Amino acid sequence: MFDKILVANRGEIAVRIIRAAKELGLRTVAVFSEADRESLAVRFADEAVCVGPPPAAKSYLNSDAIIAAARQTGAGAVHPGYGFLAENARFAEAVAAAGLAFVGPRPETIRTMGNKAAARDAARAAGVPIVPGSTGEVVDLAHALAVARHLGYPVMLKASAGGGGGGIRVAADEAELAHHFHTAQAEAAAAFGSGALYLERFLSRARHIEVQVLGDGERVVHLFERECSLQRRRQKIWEEAPSPAITEATRQALCASAVRLAERTAYRGAGTLEYLYDDSTGEFFFMEMNTRIQVEHPITELIAGIDLVREMILIAQGQPLALSQSKVEKRGAAIEVRINAEDPDRNFRPSPGRIGALTLPAGPGVRVDTMLYPGCAVPPYYDSLLAKIIVHAETRNLALARLRRALDEFQIEGVVTTTSLHKRLAHLAEVQAARFDTGFLERLLAA
Amino acid sequence: MAQHQVLSPLPGIFYRRPAPEKPPYKQDGDRVAEGDVIGLIEVMKQFTEVHADANGKIVRFLVDNEAAVEPGQPLLLIETA
Repeated sequence: MFDKILVANRGEIAVRIIRAAKELGLRTVAVFSEADRESLAVRFADEAVCVGPPPAAKSYLNSDAIIAAARQTGAGAVHPGYGFLAENARFAEAVAAAGLAFVGPRPETIRTMGNKAAARDAARAAGVPIVPGSTGEVVDLAHALAVARHLGYPVMLKASAGGGGGGIRVAADEAELAHHFHTAQAEAAAAFGSGALYLERFLSRARHIEVQVLGDGERVVHLFERECSLQRRRQKIWEEAPSPAITEATRQALCASAVRLAERTAYRGAGTLEYLYDDSTGEFFFMEMNTRIQVEHPITELIAGIDLVREMILIAQGQPLALSQSKVEKRGAAIEVRINAEDPDRNFRPSPGRIGALTLPAGPGVRVDTMLYPGCAVPPYYDSLLAKIIVHAETRNLALARLRRALDEFQIEGVVTTTSLHKRLAHLAEVQAARFDTGFLERLLAA
Repeated sequence: MAQHQVLSPLPGIFYRRPAPEKPPYKQDGDRVAEGDVIGLIEVMKQFTEVHADANGKIVRFLVDNEAAVEPGQPLLLIETA
């Protein structure tokens, strides 16, 4: 059982993990790049170790330096957060080989679920519906064309080793599939180290709904679903829990399917199973599993009243889940918006810089997860997420009113942010009626 | 012999290649024309092309591949006719 934990991440999630660890009475170690020397995570942690220069490849992705920092400080566990090394099975193995606890699933689970074709096979075996697609990988263009003829167009080519929306191409017909196949293969090889592709039917007007699970290696519980249909370039920007679009019967079937699949992998830790939901038929299809904490976890924490990061750490300490499914209840509605350092009026151009004046929203039902403080640097080397404004209320309508109020309170100088887009969305009739799908935001921005 | 420096338009990470396994856009000694892509800058995970703003011959690159750069930092030295 460890009493000191190293946080192998930066930004708001590093702060979030340090908070949970401190509340459990653990000592905390932050790692940081030369660009993050003055970060909030470094300030809040009991100890901090520099692991390299600003580029992530040389610091936050430098597993040797991170494991050396854990050894040097006597940490007994590593929490990877999201992104960076969070879904890198080799890193999880190296952490274990160094005698440290990895706060996440076993390396073989990360490996299986990280391979899209293998994850689909696991889902099929667990009786979880999947988007109609190839059985395993498509080996060449002739194979792809044959599978596509069977599925019907449009189809989506995906990199087996891909993730985070990368390596995806949509083909409307045979000519487009032939056109995209070899470039998709080359891109997948370059980006993910494997040119393996698989094929899926492309659902053009679907919702993105995902289920949060927690497992202790034997038992799995779900903490209901989140809807994340508002996306730009396959990046979520606004998330809600519960989904405003599904019936209670669908919710039960969806969440039960997620538990079935996670139990099949003897899942340990926090995980998210992502699905597409078709409004017109009421069908849901498993897409992929993320074997880590997600950016949008706070909305689940608010409706379920459970601290997910705390649960992850307890599981990594070897404790069995204290939760039982019948005790997990949801209350009210929660919404999260991502405040990114991007300019919505200039095609979301990145806006690094230094924060000037800052007023964070507060008051009843408002939570802000952020690493910002007045005068802090927003370096250009990492992703643009600055803050998550999260609201919780008895109903979705009250949550929307609370979100509009919170966004009005939020003031930030020094960088341009996506706040104006969120204000617009929060006032939009379609958003208030939850009439959206994963293409909605891009159609809105193109209009 | 006049010399010209191409400056970084943005803060970020400078890449001399379009992808890790691809050859560099330009090598020391290459001819370069105004508008040619000489590298990429990654800012918050978005990539922006850097273009030469003069014609001539490349004397040398002033920063390494994958180096952190600041706006206005010289990236490349060009000998202009």
